[in-house]
Amino acid sequence: MCYCRRRSPWLFHMNSGSCNGCDIEIIASLSPRYDAEQLGVRLEGSPRHADIIVITGPVTRNAVGAIKTVYDQVLGPKAVVAIGSCPATTNVFIDSRTLDGPLQKHIPVDIFVPGCPPRPDAIVQGVAKAAEILAEKGRIGGSVDGAIKPQAIIEVQP
Amino acid sequence: MNIFTALARLLIFPGVLFAVPAAWFFLWVERKAVAMMQGRIGPPFMQPFYDFIKLLGKGMPPRTGIAGTIMRAWPLIAVASAVGAVGLLPVLPASGGFEGDLILLLALLEVPSICIIAAGFSSRSLFGEIGSAREAVLSVSYNLVFLLAIISVAAAQHTFRLEALAQLPASPLRWLGVIAILVCLPAKLHLNPFSLPNAEQEIYSGPITEYAGPELAMWELSHGLEWVAATGLVATLAAPHVTLWWLGAIAFIAISFGIVLLLSVVAASTARLAIDTTVRFYWQCTLIFAVLAISSALLLRFKA
Repeated sequence: MCYCRRRSPWLFHMNSGSCNGCDIEIIASLSPRYDAEQLGVRLEGSPRHADIIVITGPVTRNAVGAIKTVYDQVLGPKAVVAIGSCPATTNVFIDSRTLDGPLQKHIPVDIFVPGCPPRPDAIVQGVAKAAEILAEKGRIGGSVDGAIKPQAIIEVQP
Repeated sequence: MNIFTALARLLIFPGVLFAVPAAWFFLWVERKAVAMMQGRIGPPFMQPFYDFIKLLGKGMPPRTGIAGTIMRAWPLIAVASAVGAVGLLPVLPASGGFEGDLILLLALLEVPSICIIAAGFSSRSLFGEIGSAREAVLSVSYNLVFLLAIISVAAAQHTFRLEALAQLPASPLRWLGVIAILVCLPAKLHLNPFSLPNAEQEIYSGPITEYAGPELAMWELSHGLEWVAATGLVATLAAPHVTLWWLGAIAFIAISFGIVLLLSVVAASTARLAIDTTVRFYWQCTLIFAVLAISSALLLRFKA
């Protein structure tokens, strides 16, 4: 079961006010050059089907409710990957009054993939690591929020 | 056919024990073929199996009341009827059948799509309702051609028994019918030119948007079993009759595989059509061939 969870991460992509740069890189990681489907990754339309939520953007005020709703709609075990510098630190928008970031204020994040935007290799590596965390969470079972420390993908292994 | 052979057909070959791995294999072939057409490597061989097991291990959203129970029941009904349809296929010639099993097979093949329509409406999701409405329109448009084609095949050979149909020598009329059935298969399996009901990036996952975990696993399984049953039906009609039973079984599997490959290539190389174009395609372009096939079948019958 753990092995199957690791080999079959289904993503739900969510934009919380991103500039679309990271979103393009997520699509690029599914394209022929990077081909994340080799890891079993599938981009799902419905949060009910997904295992991993992939969030981009600096979390605008309007997006907070949506993020919490979507996080609750994904059924456990689940993992969250924050793509780009925006959800981690709100980046250059740090003093904006339209923001309510960073992301970790609202939901527990498992993997940060910093970069503006990050390379597709880093996104694929982040998703692979999130799949491992997913399997670990499934093994532990129950409420495991905070049991696993959040990690960052700093350097990309070629 | 006594109860034991019937159970063996339902549970072993071509039933559950053969059909479930075959369903996973066909789902993998579809994804792999699409990936290769796009210049990707694609998912590993065991991917549909991993997906199925993972979905079984996920949580389920709470569903209360009668509506919730009904919602849980649809995927199970779909899987059960798809297994029944696969079990009816006359792969082993000696296993026998009964008069009219073609009609039962058609009815069982239709049940999963009815379940999907009902599931979308009972989930009360906006996307589910749109998807269900589309599936209903699609089903009305392709079923006319599909049923006319099958009736023409049956009328040309004077029988509704699948095994008799499989054993009779193929006439040119039957090939016309088989081609008409092949044209309907992408719509029946929700493949790309006619993937309206589960249109991704448009209405999310259509009727199954609200389903999660084990329920979703059952939907995936029923979709795979529909693949096996639908391609198996075409393979039964198209396979040459051979006396050796194992040669017949191999021919059956090979022809099914060829059809899956053909449908995947068509799916990868086409874009989704709008609903009005789809209905026009089936009612204006394809219906002519089906009417031609059935009228000539009936005329030939009066001559003979």
